[in-house]
Amino acid sequence: MAEVRLKPDLRDRLSEAENPHSQIARFGPDQPLKLDAGVELAPFQIAYQTYGTLNSARSNAVLICHALTGDQHAANVHPVTGKPGWWETMVGPGKPIDTDRYFVISPNVVGACMGTTGPASINNRSGRPYGLEFPVVTIRDMVRAQAMLLDHLGIETLFAVAGGSMGAMQVLQWAVTYPERVFAALPIAGATRHSAQNIAFHEVGRQAVMADPEWRGGRYLAEGTNPRRGLAVARMAAHITYLSDAALHRKFGRRFQDRAMPTFSFDADFEVESYLRHQGSSFVERFDANSYLYLTRAMDYFDLAADFDGVLAEAFRGTKTRFCVVSFTSDWLFPTPESRAIVHALNASSARVSFAEIVTDKGHDAFLLDEPELFAIVRGFLGSAGAARGLAG
Amino acid sequence: MTANLSRAPGAARVDHLVVAEMVAPGSRVLDVGCGDGELLRLLELRGVDGRGIELSREGVNASVAKGLAVIQGDADTDLADYPNDAFDYVILSQTLQATRKPREVIEHMLRIGRHAVVSFPNFGHWKIRVKLLLEGQMPRTKNLPDTWYDTPNIHFCTIKDFRQTCSLVGAKMEKAVALNAWGQQLRLPAPWWFWNLFGEQAVFLLSRRPSSGSATRI
Repeated sequence: MAEVRLKPDLRDRLSEAENPHSQIARFGPDQPLKLDAGVELAPFQIAYQTYGTLNSARSNAVLICHALTGDQHAANVHPVTGKPGWWETMVGPGKPIDTDRYFVISPNVVGACMGTTGPASINNRSGRPYGLEFPVVTIRDMVRAQAMLLDHLGIETLFAVAGGSMGAMQVLQWAVTYPERVFAALPIAGATRHSAQNIAFHEVGRQAVMADPEWRGGRYLAEGTNPRRGLAVARMAAHITYLSDAALHRKFGRRFQDRAMPTFSFDADFEVESYLRHQGSSFVERFDANSYLYLTRAMDYFDLAADFDGVLAEAFRGTKTRFCVVSFTSDWLFPTPESRAIVHALNASSARVSFAEIVTDKGHDAFLLDEPELFAIVRGFLGSAGAARGLAG
Repeated sequence: MTANLSRAPGAARVDHLVVAEMVAPGSRVLDVGCGDGELLRLLELRGVDGRGIELSREGVNASVAKGLAVIQGDADTDLADYPNDAFDYVILSQTLQATRKPREVIEHMLRIGRHAVVSFPNFGHWKIRVKLLLEGQMPRTKNLPDTWYDTPNIHFCTIKDFRQTCSLVGAKMEKAVALNAWGQQLRLPAPWWFWNLFGEQAVFLLSRRPSSGSATRI
């Protein structure tokens, strides 16, 4: 990327976007990413982590697709927060996605802010961060970019693609766009299209960001401001949708935060308020506000059946991919009927599909948490798919 | 739906083996009401490409954890979503009596698959007749231990009933097997009334072609 003079604070904030603590695949002007919006993104880069070893047959690669606010740091300490990777319960030596057996590739999606090109990246034409000059990207654009990464790595077919939420959308898009490159697909807590309710929630989040005067029409990085409050509110509202009534009640109830009595003010009297404020404020330390706009938009636009005259089964026609679809009982953001719609379409295409609904009160975020039943299912699914693929046990 | 079906320790259930014998190797099979996936696993070991539907979440999750292609679903409502001729065989093992609309389930099976394999407990077995006759209560046996108020089995039938239903839906009976109380096949070439009296379990292989022909009993 071009050398540009930036204020020290800005340079600091852009460090992961420009020079991530990850491997980088760079694609020059001769290798543009063709976007659904009808424009080309070039040059661009993909930041990614890998775990495990690629076998000599190059047949054991597993692609991990992250969710809206996730990133490539699935199974290593996060370079910004210092916390464990977001899927360390699932990915690692001896874990369900076993890095002793599989070569795991975890890229940051296009439009995000942890090293893959997105609105916080420097636009070579202007020397400034893209901001809203960044083209709107879709889930399919993310998947196309990942396919280019695989080409770059010399991996023709994936043993498996796995992910939850927005990651599940990418998994499904992979299976539809590149069916011959996906042996097994594991969409967890996903859907084939974003519901009106979910678009509505996303719009609330975006409006919160854009209502913050520091957003500056998306030019906050160049102008040295930061729409922290707007992004924090967006995160707080969204975080509620990732949990469930039961989980919130179990964790917080109506308990007061460090006080015995209400203060008769608008302080965070309740534990749940304090928790949400913390979620909001810690999120803005690691996430770019414009990326939040772009990635929520990508999810809104996702509708797998749209290219097939609304007939979802056509999207999967003739697929040889094995699927394992998983949902959670208390997930009201991507409820079980959404997963069941995937399963019905796959059945109508005579695809090999497993489907399990897991009982939990942890809501949508259950795919990130310690759910032994989920682990057993992922292990069993990948194990049998591995046997069918001829991977050593 | 039935407990304690005969088996040698660690071995496959006898009725599963009978079902598996009826399925050609290498075929595509849908097991409706597949429980914990034991029959599917047996079939996959024999080179069958198997799928399952199971109502209970525990059964589904246990099956999926075994690496089987099983989905949570209801035989009464979800078979309608499957296209015609999607499978070579559709199996209903010990589940018929628990469906709300058994006749429609059988019709769907023969639409989705070229063949249907149905196994069920025979309510015409002499022990059941005797219990009802002498005790005057809903019969409970080793294989059907539930009380009338907590049984999932709402549509019991006899071998005779099942044969009549088959001709009603235009199914051809390709093969039929009856098992006695010890899980052994009744090998005698006996008339149907004998099977209906002494078969505790029955397994039928059906095909779609309408015919009035009689089944080969083996």
